[in-house]
Amino acid sequence: MSNQAYGWRVDEIDNDEMILNMGPQHPSTHGVLRIELRTDGEIVRAARPHIGYLHRCFEKHAESVDYPGVIPYTDRMDYVASMGNSLGYALAVEKLMGISVSPYVQTIRVIMAELQRIASHCIAVGTYGMDIGAFTPFLHLLRDREKILDLFEWTCGARLLYNYNWVGGVSHDVPEGFVKACRQFLREFDATTYPEMIDLLIKNKIFIKRTAAIGVCSPELAVSYDLTGPNLRGSGPPRDLRRDEPYLGYENYEFDVVVGEGKFGPRGSCFDRNWVRALEMKESAKILHQAVDRLEKMERADVHEKVPKRVKPAKGEVYARSEAPRGQLGYYVVADGTGVNPYRVKVKSPCFTAMSIFHVLAKGMMIADIIALIGSLDVVLGEIDR
Amino acid sequence: MDAASIHGKLAERFGEKIVAFQGETLQPWAVVAPDAIAEVAAFAKSDPDLAFDNLLCLSAVDYLKEDPPRMEVVYHLFSYEHRHVFVLKAHLPREGAHLPTVEGTWAVANWHEREAYDLFGIVFDGHSDLRRILLPDDWIGHPLRKDWVDPDFYNGMHVKPTPQMAERAMAGEKIGVGPFDFTPPNRHVDE
Repeated sequence: MSNQAYGWRVDEIDNDEMILNMGPQHPSTHGVLRIELRTDGEIVRAARPHIGYLHRCFEKHAESVDYPGVIPYTDRMDYVASMGNSLGYALAVEKLMGISVSPYVQTIRVIMAELQRIASHCIAVGTYGMDIGAFTPFLHLLRDREKILDLFEWTCGARLLYNYNWVGGVSHDVPEGFVKACRQFLREFDATTYPEMIDLLIKNKIFIKRTAAIGVCSPELAVSYDLTGPNLRGSGPPRDLRRDEPYLGYENYEFDVVVGEGKFGPRGSCFDRNWVRALEMKESAKILHQAVDRLEKMERADVHEKVPKRVKPAKGEVYARSEAPRGQLGYYVVADGTGVNPYRVKVKSPCFTAMSIFHVLAKGMMIADIIALIGSLDVVLGEIDR
Repeated sequence: MDAASIHGKLAERFGEKIVAFQGETLQPWAVVAPDAIAEVAAFAKSDPDLAFDNLLCLSAVDYLKEDPPRMEVVYHLFSYEHRHVFVLKAHLPREGAHLPTVEGTWAVANWHEREAYDLFGIVFDGHSDLRRILLPDDWIGHPLRKDWVDPDFYNGMHVKPTPQMAERAMAGEKIGVGPFDFTPPNRHVDE
């Protein structure tokens, strides 16, 4: 895997070639991403992504606050799916301290994580359609994402950055009547949101023609670049941490792992990655149905029961992974056993590795298809740059 | 395979290049001599019993207070075939730390190593494109090192007003350049 074509000098550029800068203000780069494209007419000969415009040095911040204080910072990495981020961090610190939370808290966490997955995929699929030129699905999906945000706001007061998953518990118990409202949302989702999305976007002939043959990623390439989540499953390997290495009692829920099927072109195309996201929303709804039923039967318990007064793990280190909406989110937390601050927190963000494969997939594409490729990888720059 | 047998396999092949092994922790790890890391990585991927085809994470940690102070590069490996994980570590001196790249084995290491270079100053020999990745190209220093001190200037601009500067500004002196002119927040109270 030579990267020689990846960094180029001006004198290497042919007379017919041109360097085109895409971003950082380009609306289709999903944030502040700059890509240098070396183009020959409409064809991209090489691409070089530049990241770091949104760098806030999360890891340095994490070293200067105590363990619970890191959680609000994790929310701000992947701001489209904050619940997943804080959940991953909470799981890592709990593993380090040997805390196991009660089934009641686990069920609440599962419900929140899956609602967040649906909300995040609403954005991903909706904006992907918009990138390609289909505006209507975006509006429909954003409308339904609002309902999820309303549920979150009702529970913890925030609509985007929740600070909800604490070490050893969650910040607020679900309010009275949450189960009923959640069921109402699921009814609407099953009856309108999901079929509408499939009919309007996924089955749309123009959309399929536009995406089904481009950005093809083989399983070996995907594994070598550590693609995870829907990006990996789009290429075929049915790898899902919720099923393979269950946490939060995911082994007790019935759901399928969706993989790309290559129905309209080669497997692992932009269409397949997006298709996995769209169908995964249905699977999340399946989990939600079961989780809500369980929550209803459970007795209310204290959600702060296991929250330690002082989070101070013994000397040690842990690398904990969880299945965030965008893929495997890993936290490497090192505790030195003396202070109340983490000694080191490293985040392996799924978007970071997804962006690192970009120059391989972009080679030989048309410029207009670059937009379709970025959208299908579903990157959030807040998480890449941290 | 469990961690002890993975270590046994590596130790059998590389002998004293596998410096240490800790099997009694949450996630067992082995320390590898830095100059052998590329060969160990290639072996760990190609050996059918190990088959570590996935590099989960590559992180650097700065242990300033250890004796002797050291820099550590940590490789978290995973095998899709056997579903086992293992951790490799390389201990480096804090100054002039360098070790061979593993991007030939796992392509994802390219960006991870650039990040470790950017934030810790660890040089990966043989890396195809070792540039800063998150920080600007003209940044000086490596901020995640434990002895990092915030700079007062960036490209000639004050970025960290000192108490003395605040005092001078309060006295009416213009501090800083252009839009980075430092004005104390309570200035309007005096006027």
